[in-house]
Amino acid sequence: MTTLLIVVLLGLSAIAFQTGRKKALRATAGNIAPLHSLPTYYGTYVALWVGIPSLIVIGLWLAFEPQIINALLLAALPGDVRGLSPAELGLQINDIKNHAAGGITSSELSPRLQEVADYYLGLRQNGLLGMTIVAVAAGVGGLAVGWRHVTSTFRARNHVERTIRVVLIIASSIAILTTVGIVLSLLFESIRFFAQVSPIEFLFGLQWSPQTALRADQVGQSGAFGAVPIFAGTLMITIIAMAIAVPIGLFSAIYMAEYASSQFRSVIKPVLEVLAGIPTVVYGFFAALTVAPAIRGFGEGLGLSVASESALAAGLVMGIMIIPFVSSLSDDVINAVPQSLRDGSYAMGATKSETVRQVILPAALPGIVGSVLLAVSRAIGETMIVVMAAGLSANLTANPFEAVTTVTVQIVTLLTGDQEFDSAKTLAAFALGLVLFIITLGLNVVALRVVRRYREKYD
Amino acid sequence: MTAMPDQDVEMGRAPAPMPNKIRTQHVSVYYGDKCAIKDVSLDIESNRVTAFIGPSGCGKSTFLRCINRMNDTIDICRVDGSIVLDGTDIYDSKIDVVQLRARVGMVFQKPNPFPKSIYDNVAYGPRIHGLVSGRGETDDVVEASLNRAGLWDEVKDRLQDPGTSLSGGQQQRLCIARAIAVQPEVILMDEPCSALDPIATARIEELIDELRANYTIIIVTHSMQQAARVSQRTAFFHLGDLIEFGDTEQVFTNPIEQKTQDYITGRFG
Ligand SMILES: Nc1ncnc2c1ncn2[C@@H]1O[C@H](COP(=O)(O)OP(=O)(O)O)[C@@H](O)[C@H]1O
Ligand SMILES: [Mg+2]
Repeated sequence: MTTLLIVVLLGLSAIAFQTGRKKALRATAGNIAPLHSLPTYYGTYVALWVGIPSLIVIGLWLAFEPQIINALLLAALPGDVRGLSPAELGLQINDIKNHAAGGITSSELSPRLQEVADYYLGLRQNGLLGMTIVAVAAGVGGLAVGWRHVTSTFRARNHVERTIRVVLIIASSIAILTTVGIVLSLLFESIRFFAQVSPIEFLFGLQWSPQTALRADQVGQSGAFGAVPIFAGTLMITIIAMAIAVPIGLFSAIYMAEYASSQFRSVIKPVLEVLAGIPTVVYGFFAALTVAPAIRGFGEGLGLSVASESALAAGLVMGIMIIPFVSSLSDDVINAVPQSLRDGSYAMGATKSETVRQVILPAALPGIVGSVLLAVSRAIGETMIVVMAAGLSANLTANPFEAVTTVTVQIVTLLTGDQEFDSAKTLAAFALGLVLFIITLGLNVVALRVVRRYREKYD
Repeated sequence: MTAMPDQDVEMGRAPAPMPNKIRTQHVSVYYGDKCAIKDVSLDIESNRVTAFIGPSGCGKSTFLRCINRMNDTIDICRVDGSIVLDGTDIYDSKIDVVQLRARVGMVFQKPNPFPKSIYDNVAYGPRIHGLVSGRGETDDVVEASLNRAGLWDEVKDRLQDPGTSLSGGQQQRLCIARAIAVQPEVILMDEPCSALDPIATARIEELIDELRANYTIIIVTHSMQQAARVSQRTAFFHLGDLIEFGDTEQVFTNPIEQKTQDYITGRFG
């Protein structure tokens, strides 16, 4: 039914487009010059008259269908069922719906409810049919209205342009509003969390064990929500990752931009981009299954005690993951340094490495700082690798051979599994998310500003 | 440094010849298969300003860049023939370009100060060539170079400001100071005034005339008035060929070649 509707509406729009175009051309006997707009604008205008009304009908249907059907279903229920408590009533209604959908029900339906289920099924089908008819009718009606508007002096172009603008505005508002919505939900859930746990304890507490008891006498009722250990863990892993990614990424960018021949460049750049395309979960098991044991073996060889999940393993692999990020951004930045500066330096008798160190890097520094900051915010937000390789224990330690945990890992563990959505444990995830969001947002804002200042200088 | 200042040069009188600083013989330059300079031989006299003129794309910059081997930085560029600076062939395999470029400085079309302070811009060359040690010596070289470039009084109170904070004309004089700081013998200038306003241009032209006392200068210019004002010798290039080379006075008032005549009277180019 739905497929049919889509096909019909598309066909109708195509017809509308053609008739609109033809009518405009007929009005001037096939001559384009006297028309206010090009013929395709008239066609598009009429087609929009088909598309928009029928889309509105479908949209309204999607928005209100469930409520209307539910109300009708409720009215059709026998009196004794309607008198049940809300919870039981909900169960009954679910049963009826499941039955109608051919699914599993919690109990055999009585014949009376069976009837109601059939009634419900009929309602839905008729509703869909009705909606289809109304939508097609709206399309046809729109076609007629639009078609009547078409005359040689009609300003079809202006109408079409305005409609396109409105569509674009709607699209971008959806993008913005969803972002705002996500931020607001983070904010509200965090406020609920901070009603239970004081922000001071959360931000400065040294103990993280997010347990809440269901009953007062349970073990583990003394939950501790001090986030310092997990932020410290995040910080340590990020620092390790950056210690790997920044030198290697930057040096390879310098090599690619200043030393490599163009043939070599054309090979190595795609290779680095492949590195960027590897799913992080693959890096994750590489870290957990290859790197972590290797580090453990290496550490034991040196007589150190190394946890099988270590900050070092996660940081190392995360650093490798971020290399292409740093190198490709830095490469762009270095390439944007004007050739005239290189010429100036070479003409002074400077060698390549002197030119790189003393002229190119200072000129590119703001952009490089920007790319590093963007990479840091990537590292902080990265989840998969640390879930798999860094462990879950919230140790407050500076030893990279120990297991640590990060903000993102804690969010994952807090929210996986069955949760009550108002316990402090669950809400803590939102508070962590909020802090993470604020940190990465701040980093990105600073990074983008630095990069922009740099751009202004050389364009 | 060999030469003494030459006081006799004025417009209207042919200057006395000076010893040759640079001899170029049968120089041809190719970009890939494309020939940009065809078999050019000319001698550059010491302590003179030699101007290269000609329509754009005729190879003036290409030829200029042969003299400090800047064309080495372009992969597809190949240079044939010989260029001899004070008796040594600069394309000899034993020549170190780092040293060559310390002897032959260059100033570019667009002022290109490094992203450093005014002071560090000037100190850049002396530092990389190890000509100075210690703060005091560097200070002296910086001051002397800025003085020679006629910039000292304007910047002496703001030596730590970035070089890019200066005006276009000041930036170009900073680039000249930067080139002077390594005590070169030859200074190549590729249209040094084309990005500057008339007043800044006049400043630079005055400066070039002063610098002639101590340096051999080759200047590429698209302005014939400028060539006539600042140079003693002029070479006219056309489509990669050296058409005419002689005293500036003669080239502008009494050219031998018809093409030169056509160019300086504005019939093409
Ligand atoms: N890097 C280069 N690669 C290829 N061709 C070049 C390059 N630089 C200059 N050319 C060519 O060499 C010729 C001479 O250029 P140039 O020396 O810049 O002329 P001018 O300075 O007299 O305007 C031109 O045809 C130009 O297209
Ligand atoms: Mg040029």
